[in-house]
Amino acid sequence: MDLFEYQARDLFESHGVPVLGGAVAFTPEEAEAAAASMGGRVVVKAQVKVGGRGKAGGVKLAESAADAREKAAAILGMDIKGHTVHKVMIAQAAPIEAEYYLAILLDRANRNFLVMASVAGGMEIEEVAHKTPEKLARIGIDPNVGISKDKAREIILAGQFPVDVVDQVVEVLLKLWAAFVAEDATLMEINPLVKTSDGKVVALDGKVTLDDSADFRHPSHEDLIDHAAANPLEAAAKAKNLNYVKLDGQVGIIGNGAGLVMSTLDVVAYAGEKFGVKPANFLDIGGGASAQVMADGLGIILGDPDVRSVFVNVFGGITACDAVANGIVQALTMLGAQATKPIVVRLDGNNVIEGRRILNEAAHPLIQQLETMDGAAARAAELAAK
Amino acid sequence: MAIFINENTKVLVQGMTGSEGTKHTARMIKSGTKIVGGVTPGKGGQSVEIEGVTLPVFNSVTEAVAATGANASVVFVPPKFAKAAVIDAIDAKLPLVVVITEGIPVHDSAAFYAYAVEKGTTRLVGPNCPGLISPGKSNIGIIPADITGPGRIGLVSKSGTLTYQMMYELRDFGFSTAVGIGGDPIIGTTHIDCLRAFQDDPDTDAIVMIGEIGGDAEERAAAFIGEYVTKPVVGYVAGFTAPEGKTMGHAGAIVSGSSGTAAAKQSALEAVGVKVGKTPSETAQLMRDILNNKG
Repeated sequence: MDLFEYQARDLFESHGVPVLGGAVAFTPEEAEAAAASMGGRVVVKAQVKVGGRGKAGGVKLAESAADAREKAAAILGMDIKGHTVHKVMIAQAAPIEAEYYLAILLDRANRNFLVMASVAGGMEIEEVAHKTPEKLARIGIDPNVGISKDKAREIILAGQFPVDVVDQVVEVLLKLWAAFVAEDATLMEINPLVKTSDGKVVALDGKVTLDDSADFRHPSHEDLIDHAAANPLEAAAKAKNLNYVKLDGQVGIIGNGAGLVMSTLDVVAYAGEKFGVKPANFLDIGGGASAQVMADGLGIILGDPDVRSVFVNVFGGITACDAVANGIVQALTMLGAQATKPIVVRLDGNNVIEGRRILNEAAHPLIQQLETMDGAAARAAELAAK
Repeated sequence: MAIFINENTKVLVQGMTGSEGTKHTARMIKSGTKIVGGVTPGKGGQSVEIEGVTLPVFNSVTEAVAATGANASVVFVPPKFAKAAVIDAIDAKLPLVVVITEGIPVHDSAAFYAYAVEKGTTRLVGPNCPGLISPGKSNIGIIPADITGPGRIGLVSKSGTLTYQMMYELRDFGFSTAVGIGGDPIIGTTHIDCLRAFQDDPDTDAIVMIGEIGGDAEERAAAFIGEYVTKPVVGYVAGFTAPEGKTMGHAGAIVSGSSGTAAAKQSALEAVGVKVGKTPSETAQLMRDILNNKG
């Protein structure tokens, strides 16, 4: 899960990473009140989980509380790269002397964690890496060793930070590492980390990604979920524990196993080129496809007004095809009149003959069976075009 | 021969007394795997009967190895306790540990992976993987044993069901070993490890490599193929239509910005001469053509 900037700020603060005052506001009135309680100049920042908001006009300086209200009114409701701004952060403004970069992230390639530190902050780190690689320290961290004070100093010196801030930045890195571990993060980035005119080092903007697999040991992470942004179909699927992602096409997809479902989307996309249709969703019903899971999945997909046909693609590995076939038949009985769209089914693997027999005998008017994945994808695409 | 496992591999099941553990222990025994016992902390000294075999249960892997001579384990322990289970297996110096469990926090995987590297005596496969099978010899994990028999194709894949699909498509040829390496951001055994092992395995003639969006493992595998692998390789990559920033089922399957895309992986593979199929069946056909032309 990616956090909003204000959530990252609050998380940093709770772990002792130095930040400036900041508060979230959902209305211009709330923005004004927050600015008034901070006093002085503030920055009004659009809260969207996408880069480039500054260029899009989503970050504005406000001279007073009344000005903050106006700026917030202008920013709230803006569209930034397809993301609607539902909230702004009111941040204390500070005179900045220098901008730095500091991040800890999961390094998939090296299978450990990576600290990136640079005296050159405020811009995209890819740009720093490209233009002035000597100013970017990239140092791997053994998860079982962590970051000692000496290690932190070595990293910060390698990032070419000026002597007068080294001690402070070392402290920030140690606090950030503690936060990274304590919160099961896969990314904690501070960009920029700034030196203010009074010589203090503070995190001005942050990005945090938390590991969803670790939610079981962080009940508080539940509160960070952005329910407003979730697509209603995705929210409904999540409530039923289904692994579903809404896409923008017309062919509803159900399959078993993440890889096979991704592959199914691709095959449908190729087949759909001819008919001008695309996959409408990703839905992995996993290993044990009970009738209830199949009914839940079909229910979500048939409830998507964009869907014109459905492709059920199952390879029976652990799952037996006869169980899947029974699941489909029972699901259609449970759904009754709700089920109105054609359903193309391709079953293969474990107990396939019995599975196909069950569907043939059921002879449901909406169901068509095909024997190959490619053939079934083409049929589903064709049906969606009509 | 085969890679990583053979008919002499003696397997412990960590988490055997749980429902998934028991179910899959039965399946592994039926497919001929030598299961020699289970490990469940707190249940040591008990024994369970599965598929007519009486299996002793131990409190730790070290005890189990001393009593049974096991040289591999398969882990079905729930995410919360998986790290402790894997560390236990590494401490026992087991040469092979296959972690089936899905949903292990990545900080835990990073910790046990680093620990395995430091100890230097354990190969990890997974986590979040279906395991590996050398048909007719040994089957460690949850891959269905009856899809196909022994043959001379090697298969390495991030995805379980695509592994099954590909084994099924090429069932008339059979496989030396099929390895599901898993879909998590951090995994023990990589595409490269399997490609190297298949290249060095005299009983493997050709290799199918299946990848998916996320990370750059396929790109690095492509570079490795270019410098090391002389056997024919065909490839398949899933997730061309995946949108940016969305996790597609597997925790590691995510396109971030412009990195981790299926298109980049395909072109990296094609650049080193790997034929990449557009669909699983087209990929199988590419392999079929290679093997048939060999006569």
